[in-house]
Amino acid sequence: MKASLKSKENTYAYFPGCSLAASGHENNRSIYKFCEKVGIHLEELDDWNCCGSSSAHSIDSEAAALLPQRNISLAQQGLPLLVACPSCYIRMRSTHEELKSDDQAKEMYKNRWERNFDQDLEIIHFFDLLTKLDQTVIDKNMTKPLNGIRFASYYGCMLAKPPILRKDKRHTGIMEKTLKMLGAEPVSWQNFSKCCGTYLSVAKPEVTTKVVNQIMDNAIESEAECLVTACAMCHLNLEIRCSLKQQIPTFHFSELLCIAFGVDDHKKWFKRHLVDPVPLLKEKGLV
Amino acid sequence: MKLSSQEMKRVLEDVRGHSEVNFNLCFQCRTCANACPFLDAMDIHPNVIMRMLQFGMGEPVLKSSTIWVCVGCNTCCDSCPMAIDIPTVMDALRQLAMEKGVAIGEPDILNFHEQMLKSVKKYGRAHKLEIMMRYKLKKKDLFQDIGLGLTMLAKRKLDLRAKKVKDIQSIESIFKK
Repeated sequence: MKASLKSKENTYAYFPGCSLAASGHENNRSIYKFCEKVGIHLEELDDWNCCGSSSAHSIDSEAAALLPQRNISLAQQGLPLLVACPSCYIRMRSTHEELKSDDQAKEMYKNRWERNFDQDLEIIHFFDLLTKLDQTVIDKNMTKPLNGIRFASYYGCMLAKPPILRKDKRHTGIMEKTLKMLGAEPVSWQNFSKCCGTYLSVAKPEVTTKVVNQIMDNAIESEAECLVTACAMCHLNLEIRCSLKQQIPTFHFSELLCIAFGVDDHKKWFKRHLVDPVPLLKEKGLV
Repeated sequence: MKLSSQEMKRVLEDVRGHSEVNFNLCFQCRTCANACPFLDAMDIHPNVIMRMLQFGMGEPVLKSSTIWVCVGCNTCCDSCPMAIDIPTVMDALRQLAMEKGVAIGEPDILNFHEQMLKSVKKYGRAHKLEIMMRYKLKKKDLFQDIGLGLTMLAKRKLDLRAKKVKDIQSIESIFKK
């Protein structure tokens, strides 16, 4: 892995977020394991807090600004901050951008957190690391090519950005590109960027079920054997709210990376899936 | 109820980055509505909300289900040719609806947000099991989804105990108004 992101000896500060730290242990674990394999050291942000997620910005704008600010203030100077959850990433990046352009807010930040605002803090998503993944790293680490497993890469809303992040780079195609290098086969399908419904899963389950069923149905129609997600929330919704008779398993993107790289504790992760991916993996000779 | 011009101004001021949330820029191309995955669950299409705001029609907008159904997935504003930050306009409208005490279009969704923030205030993190329990208690509907809840527990997707931030005072100070 090229150390072209400004990291000291490939060390990154790491913010997992509540979803990965709780319901998506397998996602969290596989990110750690993958990074370990490619020589990246993750230092979990000490005493990090919830970014406020969708609820803070929905009903309490002040908390929506201050919760990510606290996390930013905890970041160690000089280390890029790796955020695993797409939604937390947008909250943290937007907050950082807003502070950058507002001197008064910067002053308030300084007073509240008793720390100077780090203008140059680099907040990156897991996918930013993958853009650095080149063929040599793959050749060095790949022990189990993914044997043509046909996958629908499901990005959910992570490709969409609010106007303040409009100029951010997009990671459209990164899952396809990376998994293809690892021997899997992407299918072409429509619903790759349709939002899964996030918390409507609790308050309006029928709305989420409708959207999730469309996503699942379309993936199956495109002859995918599995869905691959980049978000623990999407993964959860795809599994708990799908009411179709026929369902294909869903993987966290990092889980498939780990399989290809021969990480051995992955069997524990699959027990946590509601749709068992083991039969498919057996068929492909991957477990 | 018609929003006074001062209140309309507040909607604008409340939302972040003034130039980017100028709903007067909307020219009804309907790209937002075409892109929205949750349009079926909304009573007023997002482009119509923008038009109503331009006309200063406060009450129906604040009472709509749309402002609550919007999850802020950014699909609309990502494709908006005028780069109007529609989700942020929705944020401001929700908060204005609460402030004005109008009938909330989707009380269950508000209930969810309240339970979620209670958890964040208490622990600094979202404790999903407690959020779900409190949500169901307030909704007086303990049994819908009980099977799913048990499955999630069995699959260890819900932690029994909350993880608490050490410096909880700094979290509490965020919620002190």
